[in-house]
Amino acid sequence: MSAFLDALALHAFLQHALAAGLLASIACGIVGSYVVVKRIGYLAGGVAHTALGGMGIAYFLGKSPIGGALVAALLAALIIGWVSLRFRQHEDTIIGALWAVGMAIGILFISRTPGYNVDLMSYLFGNILMVSRADLLLMAGLDGAIIALVAMFRRQFLAVCFDEEFARLRGVPVEVFYLGLLLIVALTVVILIQVVGLVLVIALLTLPAAIASQYARSLAAMMFAATLLGVTFTGAGLALSYEPDLPAGATIILLAGLAYLLSALGRAIWLRRRRTFALPNPTP
Amino acid sequence: MTPVIELQDVSYAYDIGPPALEHVSLTVAEGEFLGLVGPNGGGKSTLLRLVLGLLQPASGAVRVAGASPQESRRVIGYVPQYARFGREFPISVEDTVLLGRLGTTGLLGGYRVADREAARLAMTQTEVLDLRRRPLGSLSGGQLQRVLVARALACDPRILILDEPTANIDMRAETDIFDLFKALNQRMTIVVVSHDIGFISRYVTRVACLNRTLLCHQPVPIGSEVIERLYGMQMQLIPHNHAFEREAKT
Repeated sequence: MSAFLDALALHAFLQHALAAGLLASIACGIVGSYVVVKRIGYLAGGVAHTALGGMGIAYFLGKSPIGGALVAALLAALIIGWVSLRFRQHEDTIIGALWAVGMAIGILFISRTPGYNVDLMSYLFGNILMVSRADLLLMAGLDGAIIALVAMFRRQFLAVCFDEEFARLRGVPVEVFYLGLLLIVALTVVILIQVVGLVLVIALLTLPAAIASQYARSLAAMMFAATLLGVTFTGAGLALSYEPDLPAGATIILLAGLAYLLSALGRAIWLRRRRTFALPNPTP
Repeated sequence: MTPVIELQDVSYAYDIGPPALEHVSLTVAEGEFLGLVGPNGGGKSTLLRLVLGLLQPASGAVRVAGASPQESRRVIGYVPQYARFGREFPISVEDTVLLGRLGTTGLLGGYRVADREAARLAMTQTEVLDLRRRPLGSLSGGQLQRVLVARALACDPRILILDEPTANIDMRAETDIFDLFKALNQRMTIVVVSHDIGFISRYVTRVACLNRTLLCHQPVPIGSEVIERLYGMQMQLIPHNHAFEREAKT
Protein backbone atom coordinates (compact mmCIF):
# COMPACT_ATOMS: atom_id res chain seq x y z
CA MET A 1 0.00 0.00 0.00
CA SER A 2 2.84 2.42 0.86
CA ALA A 3 4.39 1.79 -2.57
CA PHE A 4 1.05 2.79 -4.15
CA LEU A 5 0.86 5.96 -2.07
CA ASP A 6 4.44 6.87 -2.96
CA ALA A 7 3.74 6.28 -6.64
CA LEU A 8 0.51 8.29 -6.38
CA ALA A 9 2.47 11.30 -5.18
CA LEU A 10 4.93 10.93 -8.05
CA HIS A 11 2.99 9.84 -11.13
CA ALA A 12 0.39 11.92 -12.89
CA PHE A 13 -1.13 8.85 -14.57
CA LEU A 14 -2.08 7.42 -11.16
CA GLN A 15 -3.54 10.74 -10.03
CA HIS A 16 -5.54 10.83 -13.26
CA ALA A 17 -6.70 7.25 -12.65
CA LEU A 18 -7.89 8.12 -9.15
CA ALA A 19 -9.65 11.24 -10.42
CA ALA A 20 -11.26 9.18 -13.20
CA GLY A 21 -12.48 6.71 -10.58
CA LEU A 22 -14.03 9.55 -8.59
CA LEU A 23 -15.70 11.14 -11.63
CA ALA A 24 -16.94 7.78 -12.96
CA SER A 25 -18.30 6.96 -9.51
CA ILE A 26 -20.33 10.19 -9.39
CA ALA A 27 -21.97 9.48 -12.77
CA CYS A 28 -22.49 5.81 -11.97
CA GLY A 29 -23.69 6.49 -8.42
CA ILE A 30 -26.46 8.80 -9.64
CA VAL A 31 -27.46 7.06 -12.88
CA GLY A 32 -26.84 3.60 -11.38
CA SER A 33 -29.33 4.29 -8.58
CA TYR A 34 -32.04 4.89 -11.18
CA VAL A 35 -30.92 1.77 -13.06
CA VAL A 36 -31.21 -0.35 -9.89
CA VAL A 37 -34.55 0.97 -8.57
CA LYS A 38 -36.12 0.92 -12.05
CA ARG A 39 -34.63 -2.56 -12.56
CA ILE A 40 -33.18 -1.75 -15.96
CA GLY A 41 -29.69 -3.23 -15.42
CA TYR A 42 -30.21 -5.64 -18.32
CA LEU A 43 -31.34 -2.73 -20.47
CA ALA A 44 -28.18 -0.75 -19.57
CA GLY A 45 -26.11 -3.83 -20.48
CA GLY A 46 -27.86 -4.02 -23.85
CA VAL A 47 -27.18 -0.35 -24.57
CA ALA A 48 -23.51 -0.73 -23.56
CA HIS A 49 -22.93 -3.74 -25.79
CA THR A 50 -24.74 -2.15 -28.74
CA ALA A 51 -22.27 0.74 -28.43
CA LEU A 52 -19.52 -1.70 -29.41
CA GLY A 53 -21.23 -2.22 -32.76
CA GLY A 54 -21.20 1.52 -33.40
CA MET A 55 -17.53 1.69 -32.47
CA GLY A 56 -16.67 -1.14 -34.90
CA ILE A 57 -18.50 0.53 -37.81
CA ALA A 58 -16.85 3.89 -37.03
CA TYR A 59 -13.40 2.25 -36.98
CA PHE A 60 -14.09 0.54 -40.29
CA LEU A 61 -15.17 3.83 -41.88
CA GLY A 62 -12.23 5.69 -40.40
CA LYS A 63 -14.43 7.87 -38.21
CA SER A 64 -14.27 8.67 -34.49
CA PRO A 65 -15.08 5.51 -32.47
CA ILE A 66 -16.67 7.54 -29.67
CA GLY A 67 -18.99 9.14 -32.23
CA GLY A 68 -20.00 5.71 -33.52
CA ALA A 69 -20.54 4.42 -30.00
CA LEU A 70 -22.65 7.48 -29.13
CA VAL A 71 -24.93 7.11 -32.16
CA ALA A 72 -25.35 3.34 -31.60
CA ALA A 73 -25.99 3.67 -27.85
CA LEU A 74 -28.52 6.51 -28.19
CA LEU A 75 -30.29 4.62 -31.00
CA ALA A 76 -30.35 1.42 -28.91
CA ALA A 77 -31.73 3.33 -25.90
CA LEU A 78 -34.53 4.81 -28.01
CA ILE A 79 -35.41 1.47 -29.66
CA ILE A 80 -35.41 -0.46 -26.37
CA GLY A 81 -37.30 2.34 -24.64
CA TRP A 82 -39.95 2.50 -27.34
CA VAL A 83 -40.43 -1.28 -27.33
CA SER A 84 -40.55 -1.26 -23.54
CA LEU A 85 -43.25 1.43 -23.49
CA ARG A 86 -45.37 -0.08 -26.27
CA PHE A 87 -44.81 -3.86 -26.01
CA ARG A 88 -43.40 -4.54 -22.54
CA GLN A 89 -43.62 -8.31 -23.00
CA HIS A 90 -41.04 -8.13 -25.82
CA GLU A 91 -38.54 -5.96 -23.92
CA ASP A 92 -36.22 -8.83 -22.94
CA THR A 93 -36.14 -10.17 -26.49
CA ILE A 94 -35.22 -6.85 -28.09
CA ILE A 95 -32.51 -6.19 -25.47
CA GLY A 96 -31.01 -9.66 -25.99
CA ALA A 97 -31.11 -9.21 -29.76
CA LEU A 98 -29.46 -5.77 -29.70
CA TRP A 99 -26.89 -6.98 -27.13
CA ALA A 100 -25.75 -9.92 -29.29
CA VAL A 101 -26.05 -8.21 -32.67
CA GLY A 102 -24.23 -5.09 -31.42
CA MET A 103 -21.26 -7.10 -30.21
CA ALA A 104 -21.20 -9.23 -33.37
CA ILE A 105 -21.21 -6.13 -35.60
CA GLY A 106 -18.42 -4.58 -33.50
CA ILE A 107 -16.19 -7.65 -33.71
CA LEU A 108 -16.90 -8.15 -37.43
CA PHE A 109 -16.11 -4.58 -38.43
CA ILE A 110 -13.05 -4.29 -36.18
CA SER A 111 -11.65 -7.53 -37.59
CA ARG A 112 -12.18 -6.19 -41.14
CA THR A 113 -10.62 -2.79 -40.42
CA PRO A 114 -7.46 -2.54 -42.49
CA GLY A 115 -4.15 -1.76 -40.80
CA TYR A 116 -3.63 -1.74 -37.06
CA ASN A 117 -6.12 -4.03 -35.36
CA VAL A 118 -7.85 -2.59 -32.29
CA ASP A 119 -7.49 -4.51 -29.04
CA LEU A 120 -11.06 -5.46 -28.10
CA MET A 121 -9.97 -6.11 -24.51
CA SER A 122 -9.26 -2.40 -24.09
CA TYR A 123 -12.93 -1.67 -24.78
CA LEU A 124 -14.22 -4.46 -22.60
CA PHE A 125 -12.07 -3.68 -19.56
CA GLY A 126 -10.69 -0.23 -20.49
CA ASN A 127 -7.49 1.13 -19.10
CA ILE A 128 -8.04 3.48 -16.25
CA LEU A 129 -4.27 4.06 -16.02
CA MET A 130 -4.26 5.71 -19.48
CA VAL A 131 -6.82 8.40 -18.72
CA SER A 132 -5.78 11.78 -20.14
CA ARG A 133 -6.55 15.26 -18.89
CA ALA A 134 -9.02 15.69 -21.76
CA ASP A 135 -10.83 12.51 -20.68
CA LEU A 136 -11.10 13.90 -17.15
CA LEU A 137 -12.60 17.13 -18.43
CA LEU A 138 -15.11 15.19 -20.53
CA MET A 139 -16.12 13.11 -17.51
CA ALA A 140 -16.40 16.22 -15.33
CA GLY A 141 -18.68 17.75 -17.98
CA LEU A 142 -20.82 14.60 -18.00
CA ASP A 143 -21.07 14.64 -14.22
CA GLY A 144 -22.09 18.31 -14.30
CA ALA A 145 -24.79 17.65 -16.91
CA ILE A 146 -26.16 14.65 -15.00
CA ILE A 147 -26.25 16.51 -11.68
CA ALA A 148 -27.99 19.50 -13.31
CA LEU A 149 -30.63 17.32 -15.04
CA VAL A 150 -31.32 15.27 -11.93
CA ALA A 151 -31.53 18.39 -9.74
CA MET A 152 -34.03 19.98 -12.15
CA PHE A 153 -36.26 16.96 -12.73
CA ARG A 154 -35.66 14.78 -9.67
CA ARG A 155 -39.37 14.59 -8.77
CA GLN A 156 -40.37 13.51 -12.27
CA PHE A 157 -37.58 10.90 -12.48
CA LEU A 158 -38.54 9.62 -9.03
CA ALA A 159 -42.22 9.40 -10.00
CA VAL A 160 -41.44 7.53 -13.25
CA CYS A 161 -39.12 5.07 -11.46
CA PHE A 162 -41.48 4.57 -8.50
CA ASP A 163 -44.94 4.32 -10.05
CA GLU A 164 -45.28 4.96 -13.78
CA GLU A 165 -49.07 4.79 -13.79
CA PHE A 166 -49.49 7.28 -10.96
CA ALA A 167 -46.93 9.60 -12.60
CA ARG A 168 -48.99 9.50 -15.81
CA LEU A 169 -52.17 10.32 -13.86
CA ARG A 170 -50.46 13.33 -12.30
CA GLY A 171 -49.70 14.70 -15.77
CA VAL A 172 -46.02 13.72 -15.89
CA PRO A 173 -45.03 12.95 -19.52
CA VAL A 174 -43.83 9.45 -18.61
CA GLU A 175 -42.58 8.58 -22.11
CA VAL A 176 -40.40 11.70 -22.24
CA PHE A 177 -38.80 11.12 -18.83
CA TYR A 178 -38.39 7.36 -19.32
CA LEU A 179 -36.68 7.84 -22.69
CA GLY A 180 -34.70 10.75 -21.20
CA LEU A 181 -33.49 8.47 -18.43
CA LEU A 182 -32.42 5.84 -20.96
CA LEU A 183 -30.57 8.48 -23.01
CA ILE A 184 -28.72 9.60 -19.86
CA VAL A 185 -27.80 5.95 -19.21
CA ALA A 186 -26.56 5.64 -22.83
CA LEU A 187 -24.52 8.85 -22.58
CA THR A 188 -22.96 7.73 -19.30
CA VAL A 189 -22.09 4.33 -20.73
CA VAL A 190 -20.48 5.72 -23.88
CA ILE A 191 -18.32 8.32 -22.21
CA LEU A 192 -17.15 5.92 -19.52
CA ILE A 193 -16.47 3.01 -21.90
CA GLN A 194 -13.45 4.81 -23.30
CA VAL A 195 -12.09 5.39 -19.85
CA VAL A 196 -12.94 2.38 -17.75
CA GLY A 197 -14.23 -0.16 -20.30
CA LEU A 198 -17.62 -1.65 -21.04
CA VAL A 199 -17.59 -4.24 -18.25
CA LEU A 200 -16.47 -1.79 -15.56
CA VAL A 201 -19.21 0.67 -16.61
CA ILE A 202 -21.87 -1.99 -16.07
CA ALA A 203 -20.23 -3.06 -12.80
CA LEU A 204 -20.03 0.54 -11.52
CA LEU A 205 -23.58 1.26 -12.68
CA THR A 206 -25.10 -1.66 -10.83
CA LEU A 207 -22.97 -2.98 -7.95
CA PRO A 208 -22.45 0.13 -5.74
CA ALA A 209 -26.11 1.15 -6.21
CA ALA A 210 -27.28 -2.39 -5.48
CA ILE A 211 -25.30 -2.42 -2.22
CA ALA A 212 -26.58 1.05 -1.32
CA SER A 213 -30.18 0.01 -2.01
CA GLN A 214 -29.97 -2.55 0.80
CA TYR A 215 -29.50 0.22 3.38
CA ALA A 216 -30.67 3.55 1.92
CA ARG A 217 -34.02 5.06 2.96
CA SER A 218 -34.24 7.53 0.10
CA LEU A 219 -33.10 7.75 -3.51
CA ALA A 220 -30.83 10.71 -2.70
CA ALA A 221 -29.16 8.77 0.12
CA MET A 222 -28.79 5.80 -2.22
CA MET A 223 -27.07 7.98 -4.84
CA PHE A 224 -24.71 9.43 -2.24
CA ALA A 225 -23.85 6.02 -0.77
CA ALA A 226 -23.41 4.46 -4.24
CA THR A 227 -21.00 7.26 -5.20
CA LEU A 228 -18.97 6.78 -2.01
CA LEU A 229 -18.86 3.01 -2.58
CA GLY A 230 -17.77 3.54 -6.20
CA VAL A 231 -14.94 5.84 -5.07
CA THR A 232 -13.89 3.26 -2.46
CA PHE A 233 -13.90 0.39 -4.95
CA THR A 234 -11.98 2.28 -7.64
CA GLY A 235 -9.44 3.63 -5.13
CA ALA A 236 -8.94 0.30 -3.37
CA GLY A 237 -8.87 -1.55 -6.70
CA LEU A 238 -6.13 0.72 -8.02
CA ALA A 239 -4.11 0.31 -4.82
CA LEU A 240 -4.51 -3.48 -4.74
CA SER A 241 -3.63 -3.94 -8.39
CA TYR A 242 -0.60 -1.63 -8.41
CA GLU A 243 2.14 -3.73 -6.79
CA PRO A 244 1.25 -7.18 -8.24
CA ASP A 245 0.69 -5.40 -11.61
CA LEU A 246 -2.84 -6.77 -12.03
CA PRO A 247 -5.34 -5.29 -14.54
CA ALA A 248 -6.87 -2.35 -12.61
CA GLY A 249 -10.34 -2.55 -14.19
CA ALA A 250 -10.77 -6.25 -13.48
CA THR A 251 -9.53 -5.80 -9.88
CA ILE A 252 -12.06 -3.00 -9.27
CA ILE A 253 -14.89 -5.15 -10.65
CA LEU A 254 -13.93 -8.15 -8.52
CA LEU A 255 -13.71 -5.98 -5.42
CA ALA A 256 -17.18 -4.50 -6.08
CA GLY A 257 -18.61 -7.95 -6.81
CA LEU A 258 -17.15 -9.38 -3.60
CA ALA A 259 -18.50 -6.47 -1.55
CA TYR A 260 -21.97 -6.97 -3.07
CA LEU A 261 -21.90 -10.68 -2.27
CA LEU A 262 -20.79 -10.08 1.32
CA SER A 263 -23.36 -7.31 1.81
CA ALA A 264 -26.23 -9.40 0.43
CA LEU A 265 -25.17 -12.39 2.52
CA GLY A 266 -24.71 -10.31 5.69
CA ARG A 267 -28.07 -8.65 5.24
CA ALA A 268 -29.85 -11.96 4.66
CA ILE A 269 -28.34 -13.39 7.88
CA TRP A 270 -29.21 -10.23 9.84
CA LEU A 271 -32.82 -10.28 8.58
CA ARG A 272 -33.20 -13.97 9.44
CA ARG A 273 -31.85 -13.39 12.96
CA ARG A 274 -34.14 -10.41 13.46
CA ARG A 275 -37.16 -12.48 12.42
CA THR A 276 -36.12 -15.30 14.75
CA PHE A 277 -35.73 -12.97 17.74
CA ALA A 278 -39.01 -11.21 16.93
CA LEU A 279 -40.95 -14.49 17.27
CA PRO A 280 -42.51 -15.08 20.70
CA ASN A 281 -41.05 -17.90 22.79
CA PRO A 282 -43.06 -21.11 22.43
CA THR A 283 -45.09 -21.81 25.56
CA PRO A 284 -44.21 -25.12 27.25
CA MET B 1 -76.97 18.24 -9.76
CA THR B 2 -73.88 18.86 -11.92
CA PRO B 3 -72.60 15.71 -13.60
CA VAL B 4 -68.85 15.17 -13.01
CA ILE B 5 -68.44 11.76 -14.69
CA GLU B 6 -70.40 10.86 -17.82
CA LEU B 7 -70.12 7.62 -19.77
CA GLN B 8 -72.29 7.45 -22.88
CA ASP B 9 -72.77 4.07 -24.56
CA VAL B 10 -69.19 3.05 -23.79
CA SER B 11 -67.79 -0.28 -24.99
CA TYR B 12 -64.27 -1.61 -24.55
CA ALA B 13 -62.47 -4.86 -25.46
CA TYR B 14 -58.90 -5.93 -24.72
CA ASP B 15 -56.78 -7.53 -27.47
CA ILE B 16 -57.84 -11.02 -26.44
CA GLY B 17 -60.98 -12.32 -24.78
CA PRO B 18 -64.62 -11.18 -24.83
CA PRO B 19 -65.57 -7.48 -24.53
CA ALA B 20 -64.87 -6.10 -21.05
CA LEU B 21 -67.64 -3.49 -21.29
CA GLU B 22 -70.65 -3.27 -23.59
CA HIS B 23 -72.84 -0.18 -24.06
CA VAL B 24 -72.38 1.24 -20.59
CA SER B 25 -74.02 4.58 -19.85
CA LEU B 26 -73.57 6.08 -16.40
CA THR B 27 -73.63 9.57 -14.93
CA VAL B 28 -72.14 10.45 -11.56
CA ALA B 29 -73.28 13.74 -10.06
CA GLU B 30 -71.14 16.15 -8.05
CA GLY B 31 -71.06 15.11 -4.38
CA GLU B 32 -72.19 11.53 -4.95
CA PHE B 33 -70.61 8.52 -3.24
CA LEU B 34 -70.99 5.77 -5.83
CA GLY B 35 -70.25 2.13 -5.08
CA LEU B 36 -69.31 0.06 -8.11
CA VAL B 37 -69.93 -3.66 -7.57
CA GLY B 38 -69.81 -6.76 -9.70
CA PRO B 39 -68.10 -10.11 -10.17
CA ASN B 40 -64.41 -10.58 -11.05
CA GLY B 41 -63.88 -9.81 -14.73
CA GLY B 42 -67.10 -7.78 -14.77
CA GLY B 43 -65.31 -4.67 -16.05
CA LYS B 44 -65.15 -2.56 -12.86
CA SER B 45 -61.43 -1.78 -13.09
CA THR B 46 -61.73 -1.27 -16.87
CA LEU B 47 -64.46 1.30 -16.29
CA LEU B 48 -62.25 3.15 -13.78
CA ARG B 49 -59.30 3.09 -16.19
CA LEU B 50 -61.52 4.58 -18.90
CA VAL B 51 -62.59 7.36 -16.53
CA LEU B 52 -58.92 7.97 -15.65
CA GLY B 53 -58.00 8.17 -19.34
CA LEU B 54 -55.61 5.21 -19.08
CA LEU B 55 -57.72 3.38 -21.68
CA GLN B 56 -59.60 4.73 -24.71
CA PRO B 57 -63.15 3.46 -25.34
CA ALA B 58 -63.67 1.40 -28.50
CA SER B 59 -66.96 3.25 -28.91
CA GLY B 60 -68.95 5.80 -26.94
CA ALA B 61 -67.70 8.81 -25.01
CA VAL B 62 -66.26 9.51 -21.55
CA ARG B 63 -66.33 13.00 -20.03
CA VAL B 64 -64.88 13.96 -16.66
CA ALA B 65 -65.56 17.37 -15.13
CA GLY B 66 -66.82 18.57 -18.51
CA ALA B 67 -63.64 17.64 -20.42
CA SER B 68 -61.81 14.57 -21.68
CA PRO B 69 -60.38 12.26 -19.00
CA GLN B 70 -56.82 13.23 -19.99
CA GLU B 71 -57.58 16.93 -19.55
CA SER B 72 -59.25 16.32 -16.21
CA ARG B 73 -56.60 14.10 -14.61
CA ARG B 74 -55.48 16.87 -12.29
CA VAL B 75 -58.85 17.03 -10.53
CA ILE B 76 -58.85 13.28 -9.88
CA GLY B 77 -57.28 11.49 -6.93
CA TYR B 78 -56.75 7.78 -7.58
CA VAL B 79 -56.05 4.87 -5.25
CA PRO B 80 -55.14 1.68 -7.14
CA GLN B 81 -56.21 -1.85 -6.23
CA TYR B 82 -52.61 -2.98 -5.78
CA ALA B 83 -49.47 -1.00 -5.09
CA ARG B 84 -47.75 -0.83 -8.46
CA PHE B 85 -44.28 -0.38 -6.97
CA GLY B 86 -41.77 -2.57 -5.19
CA ARG B 87 -42.10 -2.41 -1.39
CA GLU B 88 -38.30 -2.21 -1.14
CA PHE B 89 -38.16 1.07 -3.10
CA PRO B 90 -36.13 3.57 -1.04
CA ILE B 91 -38.80 6.19 -0.35
CA SER B 92 -40.36 7.61 2.80
CA VAL B 93 -44.07 8.03 3.52
CA GLU B 94 -43.79 11.82 3.19
CA ASP B 95 -42.01 11.64 -0.18
CA THR B 96 -44.66 9.20 -1.43
CA VAL B 97 -47.48 11.54 -0.43
CA LEU B 98 -45.64 14.51 -1.97
CA LEU B 99 -45.72 12.73 -5.35
CA GLY B 100 -49.45 13.44 -5.28
CA ARG B 101 -48.57 17.13 -5.70
CA LEU B 102 -47.06 16.56 -9.15
CA GLY B 103 -49.15 18.31 -11.75
CA THR B 104 -50.27 21.00 -9.31
CA THR B 105 -46.83 22.41 -8.56
CA GLY B 106 -43.93 23.84 -10.61
CA LEU B 107 -42.01 21.78 -13.17
CA LEU B 108 -38.44 22.38 -12.01
CA GLY B 109 -36.60 21.77 -8.75
CA GLY B 110 -38.03 20.66 -5.43
CA TYR B 111 -41.36 21.03 -3.64
CA ARG B 112 -42.66 24.35 -2.34
CA VAL B 113 -43.95 25.21 1.12
CA ALA B 114 -47.55 24.94 -0.14
CA ASP B 115 -46.85 21.41 -1.41
CA ARG B 116 -45.44 20.31 1.94
CA GLU B 117 -48.42 21.84 3.75
CA ALA B 118 -50.89 20.06 1.44
CA ALA B 119 -49.06 16.76 1.98
CA ARG B 120 -49.06 17.32 5.74
CA LEU B 121 -52.80 17.98 5.69
CA ALA B 122 -53.43 14.82 3.67
CA MET B 123 -51.28 12.79 6.09
CA THR B 124 -53.14 14.29 9.06
CA GLN B 125 -56.54 13.41 7.54
CA THR B 126 -55.45 9.84 6.93
CA GLU B 127 -53.69 9.59 10.31
CA VAL B 128 -50.26 8.75 8.93
CA LEU B 129 -48.47 11.94 9.95
CA ASP B 130 -46.55 10.07 12.67
CA LEU B 131 -45.29 7.65 10.03
CA ARG B 132 -44.00 10.34 7.67
CA ARG B 133 -40.30 9.52 8.16
CA ARG B 134 -40.80 5.76 7.92
CA PRO B 135 -39.68 3.88 4.78
CA LEU B 136 -42.65 2.65 2.77
CA GLY B 137 -41.42 -0.94 2.97
CA SER B 138 -41.78 -1.00 6.77
CA LEU B 139 -45.55 -0.31 6.78
CA SER B 140 -48.38 -2.78 7.36
CA GLY B 141 -51.02 -3.31 4.66
CA GLY B 142 -53.50 -0.95 6.36
CA GLN B 143 -50.88 1.76 6.90
CA LEU B 144 -49.77 1.52 3.25
CA GLN B 145 -53.37 1.84 2.09
CA ARG B 146 -53.78 5.01 4.16
CA VAL B 147 -50.59 6.40 2.64
CA LEU B 148 -51.94 5.72 -0.86
CA VAL B 149 -55.16 7.52 0.08
CA ALA B 150 -53.07 10.43 1.43
CA ARG B 151 -51.13 10.52 -1.88
CA ALA B 152 -54.45 10.73 -3.76
CA LEU B 153 -55.71 13.50 -1.44
CA ALA B 154 -52.52 15.58 -1.65
CA CYS B 155 -53.69 17.29 -4.85
CA ASP B 156 -57.00 18.26 -3.16
CA PRO B 157 -59.03 16.39 -5.80
CA ARG B 158 -62.60 17.10 -6.88
CA ILE B 159 -63.17 13.41 -7.60
CA LEU B 160 -61.69 10.51 -5.61
CA ILE B 161 -61.57 7.15 -7.40
CA LEU B 162 -60.73 4.03 -5.40
CA ASP B 163 -60.28 0.54 -6.86
CA GLU B 164 -60.95 -1.97 -4.07
CA PRO B 165 -59.05 0.15 -1.55
CA THR B 166 -59.55 -2.30 1.31
CA ALA B 167 -58.86 -5.55 -0.56
CA ASN B 168 -55.73 -6.41 1.42
CA ILE B 169 -56.51 -5.13 4.90
CA ASP B 170 -58.39 -6.37 7.93
CA MET B 171 -62.02 -5.48 8.73
CA ARG B 172 -61.24 -2.96 11.47
CA ALA B 173 -58.98 -0.98 9.13
CA GLU B 174 -61.65 -1.30 6.41
CA THR B 175 -64.26 0.39 8.60
CA ASP B 176 -61.79 3.13 9.60
CA ILE B 177 -60.95 3.84 5.97
CA PHE B 178 -64.59 3.92 4.86
CA ASP B 179 -65.42 6.26 7.75
CA LEU B 180 -62.70 8.53 6.36
CA PHE B 181 -64.21 8.31 2.85
CA LYS B 182 -67.62 9.22 4.25
CA ALA B 183 -66.11 12.33 5.83
CA LEU B 184 -64.28 13.22 2.61
CA ASN B 185 -67.52 12.85 0.67
CA GLN B 186 -68.65 16.11 2.30
CA ARG B 187 -66.32 17.95 -0.11
CA MET B 188 -65.62 15.58 -3.03
CA THR B 189 -67.30 13.05 -5.30
CA ILE B 190 -66.22 9.48 -4.59
CA VAL B 191 -66.37 6.37 -6.76
CA VAL B 192 -65.33 3.15 -5.05
CA VAL B 193 -65.07 -0.40 -6.37
CA SER B 194 -65.88 -3.08 -3.82
CA HIS B 195 -66.95 -6.70 -3.57
CA ASP B 196 -68.70 -6.29 -0.24
CA ILE B 197 -72.07 -4.87 -1.25
CA GLY B 198 -73.54 -5.27 2.22
CA PHE B 199 -70.67 -3.38 3.83
CA ILE B 200 -70.44 -0.46 1.40
CA SER B 201 -74.24 -0.02 1.40
CA ARG B 202 -73.87 1.76 4.73
CA TYR B 203 -71.59 4.37 3.20
CA VAL B 204 -72.49 4.97 -0.45
CA THR B 205 -75.42 7.00 -1.78
CA ARG B 206 -75.86 4.84 -4.89
CA VAL B 207 -74.73 1.44 -6.13
CA ALA B 208 -73.91 0.65 -9.76
CA CYS B 209 -73.92 -3.07 -10.57
CA LEU B 210 -71.63 -3.98 -13.44
CA ASN B 211 -71.14 -7.26 -15.24
CA ARG B 212 -69.91 -6.22 -18.70
CA THR B 213 -73.10 -4.19 -18.99
CA LEU B 214 -74.56 -1.92 -16.38
CA LEU B 215 -77.31 -3.99 -14.73
CA CYS B 216 -78.56 -1.28 -12.46
CA HIS B 217 -77.65 1.92 -10.75
CA GLN B 218 -79.96 2.77 -7.95
CA PRO B 219 -79.97 4.17 -4.45
CA VAL B 220 -79.13 1.66 -1.74
CA PRO B 221 -80.29 -0.75 -0.45
CA ILE B 222 -80.30 -3.36 -3.21
CA GLY B 223 -81.96 -6.73 -2.85
CA SER B 224 -81.20 -10.39 -3.50
CA GLU B 225 -82.84 -10.25 -6.92
CA VAL B 226 -80.31 -7.71 -8.20
CA ILE B 227 -77.42 -9.68 -6.72
CA GLU B 228 -78.64 -12.81 -8.50
CA ARG B 229 -78.78 -10.97 -11.83
CA LEU B 230 -75.32 -9.57 -11.19
CA TYR B 231 -73.54 -12.78 -10.29
CA GLY B 232 -75.65 -15.08 -12.47
CA MET B 233 -76.54 -17.53 -9.69
CA GLN B 234 -78.93 -17.84 -6.80
CA MET B 235 -77.78 -15.60 -3.98
CA GLN B 236 -79.12 -14.58 -0.62
CA LEU B 237 -78.29 -11.21 0.87
CA ILE B 238 -77.39 -11.59 4.53
CA PRO B 239 -77.29 -8.32 6.46
CA HIS B 240 -74.12 -8.34 8.55
CA ASN B 241 -71.88 -6.30 10.74
CA HIS B 242 -68.18 -6.94 11.06
CA ALA B 243 -67.40 -9.05 14.11
CA PHE B 244 -65.35 -6.49 16.03
CA GLU B 245 -68.16 -3.94 15.65
CA ARG B 246 -70.59 -6.33 17.35
CA GLU B 247 -68.02 -6.83 20.10
CA ALA B 248 -67.71 -3.09 20.50
CA LYS B 249 -71.48 -2.70 20.82
CA THR B 250 -71.91 -5.40 23.49
